[in-house]
Amino acid sequence: MDFAFSDEQQMLRAATRDFLAARLPVERVAELADADPGWDPASWRQVVDLGWVGLSIAEDRGGAGMTFVDEAVVFEEAGRGLYPGPLFSTVALALPLLDAAEDRAPLGAVLAGDRTATVGRGAGVTVDGGRLTGTARLVPDAAIADDLLVVSDEGTDNPAVWRVDLAADRSVVRPCSTMDRTRRYGDVVLDGTPATSLLTADRAADALAVSRLRGQAALACEAVGVAQRCLDIAAEHATQRHQFGRPIGSYQGVSHRVANIYVSLELARSLAYWAAWCVSVGDEQAESACAAAKSAGAEAAVFAAENAIQAMGGIGFTWDHPLHRFYKRAQWIASYDGFPREHRARLAAALLDA
Amino acid sequence: MDFRDSPDEASFRAELRAWLAENLPVGWADRAPEAGRGDEDLSREWSRKLHAAGYAGLTWPKEYGGGGAPYPHQAIFLEETARADAPTHIGVIGLGMAGPTIIVHGTDAQKAQHLERILSGETVFCQGFSEPGAGSDLASVRTRADLDGDHFVVNGQKVWSSYAHIADWCILVTRSEPGSEKHRGLTYLLVDMHSPGVEVRPLRQITGDPEFNEIFFTDVRVPVENVLGEVGGGWGVAMTTLLHERGTLGFALTARLEVLLTKIIALARTPDEAGRRPGDDPVLRDRIAQHWVELQALRFTNYRSLTSLVKTGVPGPEGSVAKLHWSESNQRLTSLALELIGPAAQLDGAEGVWSGFWQYQQLRSRGNTIEAGTSEILRNIIAERVVGLPKSR
Repeated sequence: MDFAFSDEQQMLRAATRDFLAARLPVERVAELADADPGWDPASWRQVVDLGWVGLSIAEDRGGAGMTFVDEAVVFEEAGRGLYPGPLFSTVALALPLLDAAEDRAPLGAVLAGDRTATVGRGAGVTVDGGRLTGTARLVPDAAIADDLLVVSDEGTDNPAVWRVDLAADRSVVRPCSTMDRTRRYGDVVLDGTPATSLLTADRAADALAVSRLRGQAALACEAVGVAQRCLDIAAEHATQRHQFGRPIGSYQGVSHRVANIYVSLELARSLAYWAAWCVSVGDEQAESACAAAKSAGAEAAVFAAENAIQAMGGIGFTWDHPLHRFYKRAQWIASYDGFPREHRARLAAALLDA
Repeated sequence: MDFRDSPDEASFRAELRAWLAENLPVGWADRAPEAGRGDEDLSREWSRKLHAAGYAGLTWPKEYGGGGAPYPHQAIFLEETARADAPTHIGVIGLGMAGPTIIVHGTDAQKAQHLERILSGETVFCQGFSEPGAGSDLASVRTRADLDGDHFVVNGQKVWSSYAHIADWCILVTRSEPGSEKHRGLTYLLVDMHSPGVEVRPLRQITGDPEFNEIFFTDVRVPVENVLGEVGGGWGVAMTTLLHERGTLGFALTARLEVLLTKIIALARTPDEAGRRPGDDPVLRDRIAQHWVELQALRFTNYRSLTSLVKTGVPGPEGSVAKLHWSESNQRLTSLALELIGPAAQLDGAEGVWSGFWQYQQLRSRGNTIEAGTSEILRNIIAERVVGLPKSR
């Protein structure tokens, strides 16, 4: 039993954190978020050069040949820095599908940093002669991703994954006004839209399951980063801010609130790392671990943000302070692919009905 | 990062499982859980077996009769014995607190006198730290130890002392310099509980069970060779004890929580007379799943802290959440059990489910946020020492 990151993983963490602090400090993220397109496309080349895209893809397929635990480190730091770019959609959701495809060209384009991708699920999309019809609702980063990987006949015995070139025709995307402006949703309205087959039934189901688990584990790690940032913000304020002649963090009404953030954060962190490891080795508990980590992570991040807002006093309630950006990301995480209660319902079924 | 047992850990776990299967009383797994304290005779017998097999004091150095094993073995031991719902060693205070403190601060004579006997269960220790006026504020102890020739004469009262009614020895924090204040002037004594002037009175708790005791010391003569550490240096020695109290405690607590959750799930799956399963109620299902999530979170947080301990010799700071969160989780879990039982939750004793096991657990859990560091003190520690906020006092 060894629950430590390797020296290489620690270095990856430091490099990721340093890059975001220098290139995309939270003030810059806020500026980007309040404008369109909501991110700095030039940053993508840099994050690809830093190796964030394809860490866990095998070397003979053009990746770095590392593990999902390495990717988890990047997701946590990206959450902590609120990186506004299609990292979650491209790396966690899309790469497992692209990696499973026989055609290596779409994977290669993403690994090379030439294209980004996202995934649309539960769309009720139908196929007719290589053309797709149906609406993929609430697709993360739809307005900025180059490829949409969309599932047809989802939930049947015959699901398939198709690639729609969004970069070639953005007219199918309807950007959604999204509370978290650093990760925006879009609806993709397909109406006889041409698409390329990526995965057919024999490979689609497994790859979709991997994509889904990686998405949950990645969001759990992001949530840990978000919660950690909220804790840091609250702790710094409670140390600096004086009222009645003392730092407010010396009052237990404030300090215990901050301690509570720490407790739920560390519990969520343990689950997030466990889930990331389960995913990386294909452990039989991966599904339960991801459900636990995603639900606890989302709740810890929301809890951290809400308590940080309270500890900050009025300043934490203003648009100018960055805290609300983290709060909104925390709620994005909670709402995507199942609120915590929905994950717990699946866990309860395994515990009580099996 | 690898959550699997190493080959060495796996073989230790397999050996331990086999040993437990062979040595637990026949029919042990199928017995109905009982409310209240464990059976003392059973616990003594079990302690002897553990010691003979080398499982008592696993991480203690071999020269003191311990196993010299790495910390993960102790964690595995706690997990596996809890899963088997095995009895506990009678020397909880000796193994977890007195022994490790004697190993650090004791003289050769003290080590020879106590350590082996703690492991075998021959000597039972109790703890004399808290007083009516010194709870969370341990430094305000007033029990006096006045030097008289080659003896200290002890007068005072201690409280909340588990095992005192059967204990042979007590680790006692006293004030040995009259007029001294706070952390100075304290002396840590090893006191023979069979000495004249020691009186133990049971303290009945809200469970109805006298698990704790008060200890009254009236002119109790303690030889100076029973001072642990330096005269006047008792505070530092006491900190060693408390550090060990919180060391691998997380594993023991989490393992106990796992045992209770397993029982809760069985309860939730059992249909009532009308054929309804309590576990079909969506709200209760959500709460049961939440407890499973919290249990995994505690387990892996313990592992994380343990990894730091193995790699650096110091437990990770995240270990500070274990007891705090366990105590609150345990309170919610045991209250959930009563809800699963339904209106009959009020029936205890022979009329209750499993002879009032859950009623006892639920009431007992209210002590969890008070004993071994109140939740308020633990939050202070996290805020000040881990997060780095300004001190509250």
